[in-house]
Amino acid sequence: MIWDALTLQLGYNATLVTIGAALLGMAAGVGGTFLFLRKRALVSDAISHATLPGVALAFMVMVALGGDGRNLIGLLGGAAISAAAGLLLVSWLSTHTRLAEDAAIGSVLSVFFGFGIVLLTVIQTMSAGQQAGLEGFLLGSTAGMLRNDALVIAGSAAVTLALVLLMRRPLTLASFDPDYAISTGQNVTRTDLAMMGLVLAVTVVGLKIVGLILIVALLIIPPVTARFWTERTDHVVLIAGVLGGLSAYIGAALSAALPNMPTGPIIVLVGFGFFALSLLLAPGRGVVSALLRHSAYQRRVHLRQGLLALAHGQPIYERLTLRLLQTQGWARPDGVATSDGRARAIKALRDETRWHIIRSDPAYEAAASLYDGLTEIETVLTNDQIMEIDSRIDLRGAVPA
Amino acid sequence: MTVELAAVAGQSTSDINRAQSPLAIRGMTVSYGQKPAVFSVDMTVEPGKMTAIIGPNGAGKSTLLKAALGILKPLAGTTTVYGKSVSEQRHRIAYVPQRASVDWDFPTRVIDVVLMGLYPQLGLLGRVRPMHRAKANDCLIRVGMQDFATRQIGQLSGGQQQRVFLARALAQDADLYLLDEPFAGVDAATEKAIIGVLKSLRDAGKTVVAVHHDLSTVAEYFDNVFLINTRRVAEGPVASTFVTQTLQDAYGGRLAGAQMEALRLAPLDASTS
Repeated sequence: MIWDALTLQLGYNATLVTIGAALLGMAAGVGGTFLFLRKRALVSDAISHATLPGVALAFMVMVALGGDGRNLIGLLGGAAISAAAGLLLVSWLSTHTRLAEDAAIGSVLSVFFGFGIVLLTVIQTMSAGQQAGLEGFLLGSTAGMLRNDALVIAGSAAVTLALVLLMRRPLTLASFDPDYAISTGQNVTRTDLAMMGLVLAVTVVGLKIVGLILIVALLIIPPVTARFWTERTDHVVLIAGVLGGLSAYIGAALSAALPNMPTGPIIVLVGFGFFALSLLLAPGRGVVSALLRHSAYQRRVHLRQGLLALAHGQPIYERLTLRLLQTQGWARPDGVATSDGRARAIKALRDETRWHIIRSDPAYEAAASLYDGLTEIETVLTNDQIMEIDSRIDLRGAVPA
Repeated sequence: MTVELAAVAGQSTSDINRAQSPLAIRGMTVSYGQKPAVFSVDMTVEPGKMTAIIGPNGAGKSTLLKAALGILKPLAGTTTVYGKSVSEQRHRIAYVPQRASVDWDFPTRVIDVVLMGLYPQLGLLGRVRPMHRAKANDCLIRVGMQDFATRQIGQLSGGQQQRVFLARALAQDADLYLLDEPFAGVDAATEKAIIGVLKSLRDAGKTVVAVHHDLSTVAEYFDNVFLINTRRVAEGPVASTFVTQTLQDAYGGRLAGAQMEALRLAPLDASTS
């Protein structure tokens, strides 16, 4: 059953929903990247919670006008309007009052959400409200989704994705260096507005699938995860899009296969799985690699210090240093250097002198910046360069060893 | 007709200078809250020269530059660049912000930052072609940072970061270069590299304006000075303007006698070295 869902074998509607979710996940990951880079991730939480009163009011209005209260486009339209009101309120509060943005977000988020819950309770007591199914907007639900609904979601997600990709350069510049962006003639206020508009679009489109409480996770988790793997903005955008799409695809498929499973939480858990893996295993920024790097680094520090101590004929006090030197076969248990160890100690001392020259000569700046007291000089300079430096040591008559 | 003629005849020399000046500021007032940081400042930058904006801390040096570029919204005042409005001349301006103004943990490499200088030329969708990369690399060579092209910017020292910012400005091929504290907190090698690049820009006929805080190097580095302390204090060639009287006016009692004496020596040192 789960395999059927993942390979899109559960029938036309389920397939459509899963693909729609994947597109939404991609749009959210890509759009969320710039929100994350602009350090305004939490604004999306205010936006999403501010959709609730809009959904409820739209339902009431449509019923009052004698229509079907569950019309998805109508509900999403209402959501967009109240989300925009919430967004404007947050930016007005943080620019025109002494409230900081986090406080503004907290106030708007809770007030709008509270008001929305009150309206939902009112709807429950209405005759038409019994089977409204508006609670589905809280945590996401793909059960009983109509074909048209799925098409609307897939289509708007695709448009949002295209818009974010179109605007990636101004968005990057506004996130990295807004002052510079303005100096080149970019209207950063408008870029920010466009970014918020895109986030609003993702939020509203994602309401039905992920739900308003958890949509923030779909915007934030993929870029944060992607950041572990790369140092380039383009690649963060790309990886976040792929991860967001995958999480939403797998999550939607699982929830279609397992009865009564809300879609949003499953998508978020899948996304969290990717995050946890990256946190642990990513090269460079991952936890495991950092630990390994640290202990390898510590060993090299001890070895180098030990060699320099041997070169200077000083006793070695630290047990770790002595043990490491012994395992390398560079010292005997009583701390006396072996012949191999003595040769390496001399080399270590000469390298110190070479580094000293490299670091005082601007011509070797790039090499000097790699100096950490440990890096092997041969990995940084060519033999010719080393000979050139050695010739200077000879000139100064300061050859150690 | 007669009215027009009268207008031309009545044009003062300062108006004519203004039309040719790479950067002319009139009546600029900027305030954070109720206290003006810059008050009614006029400035006329001479073309093809290096001008230092100097003044004590909080005198409005950076603020003046930012307001001229539209980064801050002034309460009053106009700015023209080569006689036209700033928005018409953006392609002729390259701005180097303060290093501290950005997040250096941002996921971007040295070469990517320099390529940002080509964004106006690339537009929204233009592909980055080998010629753009070559151009960016040339700019890195000019600041001596070509070996760092693929490093993440957070791995650089402060001085190296500053040179990357300068390389990005060079990529813009501008006529007017505006730098905010380019020598703040940089190493000696960087300071030498930056001043070398700036002087070569000036020798190529470009105009350089830099907010500067180190009085001891003003005479050595710059042709003109602009002294500011919220209001304009003085403006003109270093030889006639960078003198005890104007410095006292700008800095008030904040410059000790010993400092002043050291400054008087600085130009001598520069000319003999």
